[in-house]
Amino acid sequence: MAQLTRRTTALQKTLSAAILSTRHLSTSPITVETSVPFTAHNIDPPSRSVETTPQELLTFYRDMALMRRMEIAADSLYKSKLIRGFCHLYDGQEAVAVGMEAAITKKDCIITAYRDHCIFLGRGGTLLEAFAELMGRKDGCSKGKGGSMHFYKKEGGFYGGHGIVGAQIPLGCGLAFAQKYSKDENVTFAMYGDGAANQGQLFEALNMAALWDLPAILVCENNHYGMGTAEWRAAKSPAYYKRGDYVPGLKVDGMDAFAVKQACKFAKEHALKNGPIILEMDTYRYHGHSMSDPGSTYRTRDEISGVRQERDPIERIRKLILSHDLATEKELKDTEKEVRKEVDEAIAKAKESPLPDPSELFTNVYVKGYGVELNKSLLELDLTNLSRFSVEQSLVLFSNIKLTLLVIDCISQSFGADRKELRAVLP
Amino acid sequence: MWGIIRQRAACKGNHASNLEQGIRAIALRTFSSSAKQMTVRDALNSALDEEMSADPKVFIMGEEVGEYQGAYKISKGLLDKYGPDRVVDTPITEAGFAGIGVGAAYYGLRPVIEFMTFNFSMQAIDHIINSAAKSNYMSAGQISVPIVFRGPNGAAAGVGAQHSQCYAAWYGAIPGLKVLAPYSSEDARGLLKAAIRDPDPVVFLENELLYGESFPISDEVLDSSFSLPIGKAKIEREGKDVTITAFSKMVGYALQAADILAKEGINAEVINLRTIRPLDRSTINSSVRKTNRLVTVEEGFPQHGVGAEICATVVEDSFEYLDAPVERIAGADVPMPYAANLERMAVPQVEDIVRAAKRACYRSH
Repeated sequence: MAQLTRRTTALQKTLSAAILSTRHLSTSPITVETSVPFTAHNIDPPSRSVETTPQELLTFYRDMALMRRMEIAADSLYKSKLIRGFCHLYDGQEAVAVGMEAAITKKDCIITAYRDHCIFLGRGGTLLEAFAELMGRKDGCSKGKGGSMHFYKKEGGFYGGHGIVGAQIPLGCGLAFAQKYSKDENVTFAMYGDGAANQGQLFEALNMAALWDLPAILVCENNHYGMGTAEWRAAKSPAYYKRGDYVPGLKVDGMDAFAVKQACKFAKEHALKNGPIILEMDTYRYHGHSMSDPGSTYRTRDEISGVRQERDPIERIRKLILSHDLATEKELKDTEKEVRKEVDEAIAKAKESPLPDPSELFTNVYVKGYGVELNKSLLELDLTNLSRFSVEQSLVLFSNIKLTLLVIDCISQSFGADRKELRAVLP
Repeated sequence: MWGIIRQRAACKGNHASNLEQGIRAIALRTFSSSAKQMTVRDALNSALDEEMSADPKVFIMGEEVGEYQGAYKISKGLLDKYGPDRVVDTPITEAGFAGIGVGAAYYGLRPVIEFMTFNFSMQAIDHIINSAAKSNYMSAGQISVPIVFRGPNGAAAGVGAQHSQCYAAWYGAIPGLKVLAPYSSEDARGLLKAAIRDPDPVVFLENELLYGESFPISDEVLDSSFSLPIGKAKIEREGKDVTITAFSKMVGYALQAADILAKEGINAEVINLRTIRPLDRSTINSSVRKTNRLVTVEEGFPQHGVGAEICATVVEDSFEYLDAPVERIAGADVPMPYAANLERMAVPQVEDIVRAAKRACYRSH
């Protein structure tokens, strides 16, 4: 454990560290070739050869296995109705999240759409925060008030988690604008899918990013299906890396974590000097669009299992690890077991987390605090107690006791479903 | 009890009732403090200037805000003073630049996004509502959005159906937003400063026809630390027979109507709402409890309008005090026509307000 000096994710590296310590190989460099060369538009592509270390390889394996396990567990939780509403799973696309993290720092920003669980993990989110949020509990990253599509981790540079297709792209360019304004020397990765690639606001934002040389990197996670519509049915030109026209682009094998890492590193250097660039990650999702979509009405099971056999990102790393003799089959299996255990423990802990307190209905509408009053009319004031009450003292959690409260400078109210029974005084 | 609240409301920075304005106009230099005049345009410009000077994170973004000096000259001189990094001209892409503004606010900057009119905000309304207003709630406080969306709202003169809509009711419905509608120069300065300093997303609804109007302004208002509280309405004119609520340009009309009503023996109380969301329900209710009659005035479409909300709030909280049904004066329930006579019929006029107040007082024939 003492030899670990690499940058950390929130994920544990216990077993991989043990493996490496016995082999004394942790930092000796390895060169890996990407599966295919990069295809470039209006720019010279980076090299296919990627520098890595045994430590990184094992970390990639563990991180992706963890993400995979988390998504599969979320699938079961959804089927047992512990997760409600929407649940968009990322399994198959893990290499994009993991490769990107390896190329950047937490000071760079990432913003994505609703398929955000694994990106959240990569940015420093914990399993407990993820599962608790999915189940709508107060220990969730958004205290249970966001749900699957609204994970955030601002201190890790993760700005969500957005439900409206395409909206995150101008938002991401805004983050880049702010980074440039603040002279931060960092970049923003605005991620979107092949479905969102046709959105008008993407081109509006891209135009401004190019005009103003913003350090924005637009990452199209092309899993070839926008919900149930195949890319050839939605886009006249599915060469998304070329759609920027005057903005350079790179097409990347999104199932190869090292290709992703190389491309993101290249893109970051480019964006800091020359403004926006588009990365198209050729990837695939095993699940349907969301848990309410079987995913097999618009694509064949052969296609899905074909990708799983030929291009699975975790398999690729496993083969690399074995071929470089960095771990045995058994050690990798043990890693998987460890990961599974970690996920199960997090789920158990998340299940114990309670639902948010009812008073949380009214918190965070505005930035400052709030107060809840339960009474029939704000006009029942007890004047004899006037001087004793401050606004803070008149904050109470709702109960069935009818209280007389003084509302000094009653600025704003928010109402429950029965306006006369439940209302809160907002700042 | 309501007297206490009313006194507090009246004390908050205001000096001009219509009567006072009239006296000042006649008396000129009789008073020792000179009554300075300031146009709403200059009020907004000075507020932007001072807030940009005070906080380097504040920047302005919109169409023609920079080199053109502002489509309505509100941002005149600011490009020269603060440079193109802080006064940013955009292409005609509302959805794009509103989203960029919200993203910059996520990161911690304080954007002031200008829509040339709020009619164009509909192109960006997803960002105002889903990306800005709801973010603090969905993230349980992690992502706050200290942004201001400002621009002219409502009818101008002869600009037709697509350029005349009032958006107060639409934005006023959204939890997480603050919606302001200034009338006078003092309102414009105080509320814009408050909006820029506020950590929540603010929709700031100006009025093109008010930009050139001058209002008297005191030294207190000219001070760079001046601001008005958000969520507090102002009693422009005290009265006891009927309450008239209005915002933006309609405040001027309501004050004129009050003068006409005074000649007929009806003493009207005029409330300048100043804030549409959060609505100052306590001031409105206390006024209705005093006068027992209410007329709401707005320029926008009547159905689901601001007047409808005020009527509902008064019925909920002060039903026993009402001596007459609530009267609503609003824009006509039609898209804005172009012909001058039809346009005049589509927008509330002073006579409409007078007639409604008389009906509320059972004095119509």
